[in-house]
Amino acid sequence: MTTITPTTKSSHRGTGTTATRVIGLLATVMCAWLVVFGLILSPADRDQGDAVRIMYVHVPSVWLAYLAFIVTAAGSAIHLFGRRHSLQADRVAGASAEIGVVFMGVTLVSGMLWGRITWGVYWQWDARLTTTALLFVSYIGYLAVRNLDGTREQLARRSAIVGLLAVLEIPLVHWSVKLWRSLHQEATVLGTDLDVSLDGLMLFSLFVGVVAFTLVFVWLLLHRARTMAVVDLAAQRRLDDALIARRREGGN
Amino acid sequence: MANQRRRLALSVARKDLRIERRSHVLTAQILPFTLVTMVLFAFALDATSVLQRVAPGLVWLAVLFSMMIVVQRAFAVETADGALDALRSAGADMSGVFFGKFIALVVQLIIVEGALWIAAVLLYGIELRLGGIVLLVTSSISATCGLAAIGTIYGGLASGIQGRESLLPLLVLPVASPVLIGATRSAEAAFGIGGTVASEGWPWLGLLTVFAVAFVVVGSFAFGPLVDD
Amino acid sequence: MSNAGFIIGSYVLTFGAIIGFALRTIRLGRKLADDLDDSEKPWL
Repeated sequence: MTTITPTTKSSHRGTGTTATRVIGLLATVMCAWLVVFGLILSPADRDQGDAVRIMYVHVPSVWLAYLAFIVTAAGSAIHLFGRRHSLQADRVAGASAEIGVVFMGVTLVSGMLWGRITWGVYWQWDARLTTTALLFVSYIGYLAVRNLDGTREQLARRSAIVGLLAVLEIPLVHWSVKLWRSLHQEATVLGTDLDVSLDGLMLFSLFVGVVAFTLVFVWLLLHRARTMAVVDLAAQRRLDDALIARRREGGN
Repeated sequence: MANQRRRLALSVARKDLRIERRSHVLTAQILPFTLVTMVLFAFALDATSVLQRVAPGLVWLAVLFSMMIVVQRAFAVETADGALDALRSAGADMSGVFFGKFIALVVQLIIVEGALWIAAVLLYGIELRLGGIVLLVTSSISATCGLAAIGTIYGGLASGIQGRESLLPLLVLPVASPVLIGATRSAEAAFGIGGTVASEGWPWLGLLTVFAVAFVVVGSFAFGPLVDD
Repeated sequence: MSNAGFIIGSYVLTFGAIIGFALRTIRLGRKLADDLDDSEKPWL
């Protein structure tokens, strides 16, 4: 398809490749579909009315946020326990956490707007919501650890441990909040649950949302991890240059 | 090996506590600070009935905040004179150091908690039931072990790094939230606040114990790589 | 559509945040990687 150019420099701009371009295009198309299906084609819910439309962005974004944190944990584990202590795994973990924080922030905001319509309040101290909010803060902390001073290997190891500790935190936080809320029988006061029975078109819209956001996630992950690789490469080069300069001085 | 680790842990703990005793920071600064917070809570909430209702929560919040200071101090001491580096280059077993810092932290937090409970009884007028003493003591110890474990893990992580003062609360407080919930609820049950009975506190003790065990075990493994260079 | 403000607002915020993050990532990637030759890019 593409003609072979003598200078390879111009064939791929920035961190892009043919693969990311295809994924990016698909993601854009699916997101456009999501807007069309979510806002126009899908029917209003019997109980919730049009408020159910928020679900088509809310549920996919929370799934993706948790997927991103699973990827972070996996990347951290591979870095920490793998024999090569791969920095690539560390970069994937970091990139995934950044994307997860974005998706989780979006989840919290859209969930609050949805809650305002269905419950009449922005926030309910339910186990899922509270765990999600605490997790959001924890991963902001994880990203702060990634930006600390230190050698590259030191930072990677530290953030891998923090990334794995955050996973340990999830069940404990969820358990404690659940136990706490089970003592307060307030759920009935606030009425409707967010669960809805989905008919065909609603389910399909949700499916479109999940596919669209998964593509967005993969696309973002590739670009972000590659950008981090370039940053590492530049830092390595500066280090090498400094070493060469030092050696020259020593030789004179 | 295990014997050596125990000796190292005990000597680190003894050293930390001796530093505290000589510097009088715990007695002259941190305890007064916690007492001031208890008085400020009373100003903010203004009504004795409200204070009595929320006293356990306030006590544990004060414990969390003073823990930030204690942890920061415990690791500032280590990094200031390069003691941690010296231990590391001497090939010391870092899990022994973890347990040492952990024990010292537990002792200091228990002292803070004792002072806070006495203050709550005196200032807020809550009354401890005889049947609640066992629950209060056991849940406080479990909660303290959990807090000390995460304090040591994240304190070690943030030690020797610029800007750690603001990073530590961000890392510790979300993780510590199950402890705050569990310790507060079991203390409410122990004091019979809000019509609770002591038996309602036992599930919380379970949560606190699982939390403490999980983070002590993880911490003993993770501490070495975390502070390693 | 009832509650249109909330519903459309949630879509705008969701896509706005994602697009904003994507643009930031792409810009940074281009700024850094455009100076590199293709042979230096580890992912190619």
